[in-house]
Amino acid sequence: MTAEGKTAGQSLPISVRNVVKAYGPLRALDDMSIDVRAGEFMTLLGPSGSGKTTLLMALAGFVSPESGSIRFGGQEMVTVPPHKRGVGMVFQSYALFPFMSVEENVAYPLKIRRVSAADQKARVEAALELVQLGGYGGRRVHQLSGGQMQRVALARAMVFEPRIILMDEPLSALDKKLREQMQIELKALHRKLDATIVYVTHDQREALTMSDRIAVINQGRIAQLDTPEALYRRPKSLFVADFIGESVVLPVVLHDGAATLNGCKLKTTSSFGSAEGPYHLVIRPELLELSPDSSDGLMNDLSGEVREVIYQGDSALVLVRVGVDQEISLRVPASRAGSASIPDIAQRISLGLHAEDTIIVPETAL
Amino acid sequence: MNMTAIGEGANRAILARLQSRERQFFLKLAAPAILGIMIVVFLPILWLSSLSLFDAAGDWSTANYARVFQSPLYQKTFHVTFIISISVTAFCVLLGYPLCYWLSRLSPRTSGILMVFVLVPFWTAVLVRTYAWLVLLQRNGIINQGLVASGIIDEPLQLAHNLTGSIIGMVHVMLPFLVLPLYATMRAIDGDLVRAAIGLGSSPREAFWRIFFPMSLPGLFAGVILVFVLSLGFYVTPALLGGGRVQMLAQRIESTITIYANWGAASALGVILLVMALVLIWAANRVFGLDKLFVR
Repeated sequence: MTAEGKTAGQSLPISVRNVVKAYGPLRALDDMSIDVRAGEFMTLLGPSGSGKTTLLMALAGFVSPESGSIRFGGQEMVTVPPHKRGVGMVFQSYALFPFMSVEENVAYPLKIRRVSAADQKARVEAALELVQLGGYGGRRVHQLSGGQMQRVALARAMVFEPRIILMDEPLSALDKKLREQMQIELKALHRKLDATIVYVTHDQREALTMSDRIAVINQGRIAQLDTPEALYRRPKSLFVADFIGESVVLPVVLHDGAATLNGCKLKTTSSFGSAEGPYHLVIRPELLELSPDSSDGLMNDLSGEVREVIYQGDSALVLVRVGVDQEISLRVPASRAGSASIPDIAQRISLGLHAEDTIIVPETAL
Repeated sequence: MNMTAIGEGANRAILARLQSRERQFFLKLAAPAILGIMIVVFLPILWLSSLSLFDAAGDWSTANYARVFQSPLYQKTFHVTFIISISVTAFCVLLGYPLCYWLSRLSPRTSGILMVFVLVPFWTAVLVRTYAWLVLLQRNGIINQGLVASGIIDEPLQLAHNLTGSIIGMVHVMLPFLVLPLYATMRAIDGDLVRAAIGLGSSPREAFWRIFFPMSLPGLFAGVILVFVLSLGFYVTPALLGGGRVQMLAQRIESTITIYANWGAASALGVILLVMALVLIWAANRVFGLDKLFVR
């Protein structure tokens, strides 16, 4: 949504077509194609070894694909060396030049571009102001905290107003609290900048928090590309469903065009094709309803016996055995956790799953 | 409230006592080594140095130093010593820097194997290596035979028994002293830094000169100081490959004692050499902080 809301500016769209990169027998990028809209915050999300970093490095020019095309706003980039691509890059290790001050670090791309000294000074100060480090210009790099270093790296990547900024897990070295704060800051920063951002992470929560769209990458291919909400609510494969968010997965049987769990037909709004292979029901613990209104014809009944109650502060996780040996979990918010609504162990409870929340996915992507 | 205050005070006193006991313990641990160095290094140096302050008759004088600074013969020795040391250092940098750069870009495994080729000569006796060079460089040596046979030159080149031979041999001996600290420094440079510089718009050449080179300087300076100081007092290689025609300080000291039995003059030369080395190391340490390089 953010992308469309912006006035057409300097930011460039990225178009990757059929890019292949192999390391020995391993295909890090396996016929990869992806389109990033101008001004979009696109996250490449995947487990380690999925090829997400290889794709980012191919965009930056540090990895040369064996075949395929990479275009920035229509201009072919595969043959352009990295220093002429004009992208801002933020590394996981920050990669600040240790023998330079904060100011000199941020001024580096301007100095390379022969920007006048007075102009340099003003732009460096503005960039530092933008990452809330105004007045830190004279500090040495080693005097900064991890979060401050990351901000300097950000300021340096955007000070020359690149149309594309690439970020390789920039927040992974920070502690949880600082990371969450920086996620919000980065998102706010993106709104102020006129740049397309491609962001690599293996943290699905981080991806959900920040992105306009997320490309889930697995084994060098895109498993699904969607908005955070669509990915969470309508995953298209078991891999995506399992990778994004908390979930319980139960195998289902396809019978007469309907999915059945333990012999009961499931009501669902999921559309699944007629593809062969096993299918699974994906249950998000917070979408299960305790003592549902059975008069609603769109509820699936998943009753069972409580096996365990785990108190987790903001909520309680209730493990319930359904059928013979299947276990599902249900999340009860803490506002009710202390009250009588939290079930006891060994109690038989009735659980409902709305047809709209009943996600059925094939084991392998279509 | 009161109780904790008293408790804290008592703890602080006990902790301070434990700390000073620990310091004394470590001092005692180091004592044998310190004593050993005093007896076998410092005392002999002091005794030898004191010889320079007496003349042949055993009277106190500064004549030994006056002679060193006035005699043209000694001045020529200093001149040759510096020419050789500077040339050797320069050639070591020219050969060693690209070598280290190349090694540091390889995988640690490959560069580890290749480092053996640097280290094996390093662990071989200097005398052996010097004679090996003599075999290679002499008038009828392999290099001259090869060059004449291939028709590149008509007459054998004068490669040994002169300044050229001394410098070739010494560069080979000294190269590891440059390579080891320089390679360690280059290895420690994060590859992302150069990549970041390129990503920010520097050409690879510019990224090297602006980022990699400045970051390799501490290692380079450490190597340069090591090579230069070691070259100043080097003896074996110039003595053999110089063929008696190249007189460096260490050889002058040797001949002053064995031929002229002038301990006072030899001692004065030794003291001057020692002072030069110490001043160089001190200055390098002040400017580049070598202590930080070796103590990580």
